[in-house]
Amino acid sequence: MKPFVTHTGVVAALDRANVDTDQIIPKQFLKRIERTGFGQFLFFDWRFRPDGSPEPEFELNRPEAAGASILLSRRNFGCGSSREHAPWALADYGFRVVIAPTFADIFYSNCFQNGMLPIRLDEQDVEELFRRTAQATASGGSPYTLRVDLNTCTVADSAGFSKPFEIDAFRRTCLLQGLDNIALTLDHVDSIAAWEAAHGLPPVAAQQP
Amino acid sequence: MPSTPRTLLEKIWDAHLVCAPEGEQPLIYIDRHLVHEVTSAQAFEGLRLAGRRVRRPEATFATPDHNIPTTDRRLPIADAISRQQIDTLRNNCREFGVRLFDLGDADQGIVHVIGPELGITQPGMTIVCGDSHTATHGALGALAFGIGTSEVEHVLATQTLRQSKPKSFEVRVEGSLHPGITAKDLVLYIIGQLSTEGGTGYVIEYTGPCIRSLGMEERMTVCNMSIEAGARAGMIAPDQITFDYLRGRDYAPRDFEAAVAAWKKLPSDPGARFDRTAIYQGGDVVPQVTWGTNPAQVVGVDATVPDPAAIADASERDSSNRALEYMGLTSGTRISDIALDRVFIGSCTNSRIEDLRAAAKVVQGYSIAPNIHAMVVPGSGRVKRQAELEGLDKVFTAAGFEWREAGCSMCLGMNPDTLSPGQRCASTSNRNFEGRQGKGGRTHLVSPAMAAAAAVAGHFTDIREWRYRS
Repeated sequence: MKPFVTHTGVVAALDRANVDTDQIIPKQFLKRIERTGFGQFLFFDWRFRPDGSPEPEFELNRPEAAGASILLSRRNFGCGSSREHAPWALADYGFRVVIAPTFADIFYSNCFQNGMLPIRLDEQDVEELFRRTAQATASGGSPYTLRVDLNTCTVADSAGFSKPFEIDAFRRTCLLQGLDNIALTLDHVDSIAAWEAAHGLPPVAAQQP
Repeated sequence: MPSTPRTLLEKIWDAHLVCAPEGEQPLIYIDRHLVHEVTSAQAFEGLRLAGRRVRRPEATFATPDHNIPTTDRRLPIADAISRQQIDTLRNNCREFGVRLFDLGDADQGIVHVIGPELGITQPGMTIVCGDSHTATHGALGALAFGIGTSEVEHVLATQTLRQSKPKSFEVRVEGSLHPGITAKDLVLYIIGQLSTEGGTGYVIEYTGPCIRSLGMEERMTVCNMSIEAGARAGMIAPDQITFDYLRGRDYAPRDFEAAVAAWKKLPSDPGARFDRTAIYQGGDVVPQVTWGTNPAQVVGVDATVPDPAAIADASERDSSNRALEYMGLTSGTRISDIALDRVFIGSCTNSRIEDLRAAAKVVQGYSIAPNIHAMVVPGSGRVKRQAELEGLDKVFTAAGFEWREAGCSMCLGMNPDTLSPGQRCASTSNRNFEGRQGKGGRTHLVSPAMAAAAAVAGHFTDIREWRYRS
């Protein structure tokens, strides 16, 4: 997995609550058997008109969101279906960070499996980020940019906004080092085998590396 | 010395804790892993690339359900990408030694219907599946939750999962439901009270006399929709209803009495502490109909479409306005005045035999309204055969419903069963998200009886006033 240490990127503001995974990646694109190539379908029903042309009003299609890699949204982001295609699509499109006041549990877990960092910030801090993003757009200057540092667990801009965020220590380590979760668990294969033996399950032949 | 009182969740958690190494998330053992075609291909591919095997093939069960057609199964799947996904599941199961209830297998069906039905799901187990409605299995007193594909791969390879211990949430329902009110109405009501994220970070245990009075399949309906309130799992302590349901099922324990003796120790101890408790009255629940684009946007059938202006929270108000626009509704409209185009009876929430019996009882002696296209999709091959044995299929087809083969079908519309833009559907499924049943489609979640009545009336109607002809 790609490590995540620091990331600086343009912020795209998606000012909606309860963005569900059916919106992030609609079901008609779940039939692919690869992990890649889902970015083209991200937010498909919102992003494209029925004739296939981009919907100019949709947040990610606006000029200020060009090249964005940090997605800002509202409460309960990623609710609904467990489909990991949602973080695959976000990552493939170019996002590495999602900031919201709250996330749905399964989506939140899925992000970490894909080198993506979901950041929970207080509602008023998220509100402030929406304000600053809108202000940058209105001023016509350079797009609003944030710097995320997983070492110090802070998210900051260049104009005085700086907030700490909380994250499970183990998940942080895995992201910082880009660790393979399965390999890490297989370090505990003796404990797993012991649990199985204690519960009357037949032994499993040694795993290949 | 008496031990500390523990909840059902804590008992299952403690019994499955493999290790909690310093600085790592705990590892818990997974007893049953259910697999379907949409969220497993990439996981098996990951195993293959790393040269890993499935650690416990005998604890892993697969079936295709999400993308399969519900029409004639003897015909090849027309959509090439769907076909490839099914073939991939078939090949993966063969290569890794996993039991597959394939298309054409008499026991194929929606993964959350066949698990309990075959007795694969049992009290006290940890059960996962790459599907958010895995909470269904919690109805039998299991800790069951949905996982992503990377976690599917992790469970396949290690039979364990990294999990931080979830918080416990007791949802107690006192009293009893009025006649005509179903488990679906109850769970929609609870979601409406809790909001779509009220349960985030928690495992819900449903308790109280109202819950205890529910049959096994009704309990599945309640647990199934826990995720719509944000809770990854929902569970109900096992009791005689659970044991009677499981006795004699294909995968039920051989020494059933010994198993029952162990299961009887599972219920939460008196005095066990929950991190949070909410109490509702069963008698407060009326037939529920969702009006918006998430399951918490729900009202009673006797109500009107609410006015977003009355919502204090800005983002919820915005969300409601957006929902009304998408749904093509205006606030103040009576729910019973909402006319429909489609009716869907099916999904892992409401496609079991009791659901079909309830719907058939309403439909008996009636025909569906001329404006309605309606279909019934049984949850499994077994449910379908049982329904046919009881003549329910004839009741439905005589009334004008289509009678289909088992699968997820129009709950998520991955197969050809979809809504067209603008079509309005009364659906017994679990999600009314934008585009869920087809781009531009408008979904209203209801119980099977309410869906059946709506099919006959052509619009929503209060099931409590239904004139049964059966």
